Amino acid sequence: MTVMQHVWIVLGVLFVLLNIAAGLIWVERRMLAMWQDRLGPNRAGPLGILIVLADTLKLFFKEDWIPPFADKWVFIVAPAVVVGSVLMSFVIIPFTPQIIVSDLNVGILFFLAMSSLGVYSIVLGGWASNNKYSLLGAMRGASQMIAYEVFMGLSLMGVVMLTGSFKLGDIVNAQKDMWFVVKQPLGLILFFIAGIAETHRLPFDIPEAESELVAGYHSEYSGMKFGMFFIGEYLGITLISAVTVTMFFGGWLGWSFLPPWAWFFLKTFAFILFFILLRASLPRPRYDQLMETGWKILLPLALANLMITGAVALLIRG
Amino acid sequence: MFSHIRTIWLTFLHLFKRHVTIQYPEEKIRLRPRWRGRIVLTKDPDGGERCVGCYLCAVACPVDCIALQATEDENGRRYPEFFRINFSRCIFCGYCEDACPTYAIQLIPDFEMGEYNRQNLVFEKEDLLINSQGKYPGYNFYKVAGMDAGVKQKGEGENEDAPVDVHSLMP
Repeated sequence: MTVMQHVWIVLGVLFVLLNIAAGLIWVERRMLAMWQDRLGPNRAGPLGILIVLADTLKLFFKEDWIPPFADKWVFIVAPAVVVGSVLMSFVIIPFTPQIIVSDLNVGILFFLAMSSLGVYSIVLGGWASNNKYSLLGAMRGASQMIAYEVFMGLSLMGVVMLTGSFKLGDIVNAQKDMWFVVKQPLGLILFFIAGIAETHRLPFDIPEAESELVAGYHSEYSGMKFGMFFIGEYLGITLISAVTVTMFFGGWLGWSFLPPWAWFFLKTFAFILFFILLRASLPRPRYDQLMETGWKILLPLALANLMITGAVALLIRG
Repeated sequence: MFSHIRTIWLTFLHLFKRHVTIQYPEEKIRLRPRWRGRIVLTKDPDGGERCVGCYLCAVACPVDCIALQATEDENGRRYPEFFRINFSRCIFCGYCEDACPTYAIQLIPDFEMGEYNRQNLVFEKEDLLINSQGKYPGYNFYKVAGMDAGVKQKGEGENEDAPVDVHSLMP
């Protein structure tokens, strides 16, 4: 591929992702409303889709306030970190065999590293705010991240073992006969739970917990800085959905009546909707319950899954 | 764990349920005939005011939003000289309607009373009077009352006996 083609792919991926993240504002509000027997925003534009525009404009015109007691530069940088790190993770996502920014040979590790970086945004944001609620949220975010990051990586290792490669392109191609969801159902469940905790989505929005901590780590943020956290969250949902699809549901693979990218987006969208469905249905667990489940149940399960997968793989290969 | 999955499934099923939202300005809610909304003063079948200015509504009103002054015409028929309801105070409890002996004051199913100016919520008699009998058609207080107030002669009312000549009631 020429340099220009690479540039176009990068720009195209950025354009599509940021639009998806913005569009999810509308999707989430409409779907939540549907699941609660309401209608949701339906005034601005056809089916209310222009609520995205209205929301963005509103965020831009809000007072961009930095509290005098905040650590100014860290406060400004923090929201950018989350968007940056999540966007970086998309580098390794194969949308189709051709459309991929870079098929790194450490793909999955790169994704895990980048998504862990996202927690810096929470910690720095909460710390720089110099506010007890923000700090509590940041602390919760950090410990939740540590608890869930561990078995998030381990839950993916089963797939990596079966493929024998960290490259996402190889992993998708290895699913031509059978999606890994069949061979690694436990891995899928564990990864998805970790993914919810990773993106701080309900029911695991402990660092935000608006009923306990005002708005958690972004209590002090307003305007577009808050918007960045917001977009980071939606990008995170898209990322986790995309990785789930790539790792367990055959990525771009599908019947030939639809092009590969359409399959990828359809599957990803289904998982995004599932994220929203979880928000609509499940209550938030208590903080210590969350940590306990993470360390005492899910981590041993991930290890057991890894061990059994390894044993079976060894047996088959002889 | 199982209950969580069941919860998710039940929530998902709500996708196929009818929404309960009423899109208000375009779609009106159906209000029951006895719904307690805006207060009106009704007229009797002959087009006269039903209100006899007895003050019972003003007394019954728990927030004192009704003010009126009774007077009489040349036939001795009582009517309110002015009748004022301050809807910025009214709590739509309907006690005035209960208290009214002549079915004059009634609450109707209408709630669209938004105003920009508080003073516009003070309704005078000409705002309150409607050209209708409201919920009690056919009722005319002066037709069943004993007195002659220009509506009917004494003793000619419904279910009313002719006046007795007291001089003939000697033992």
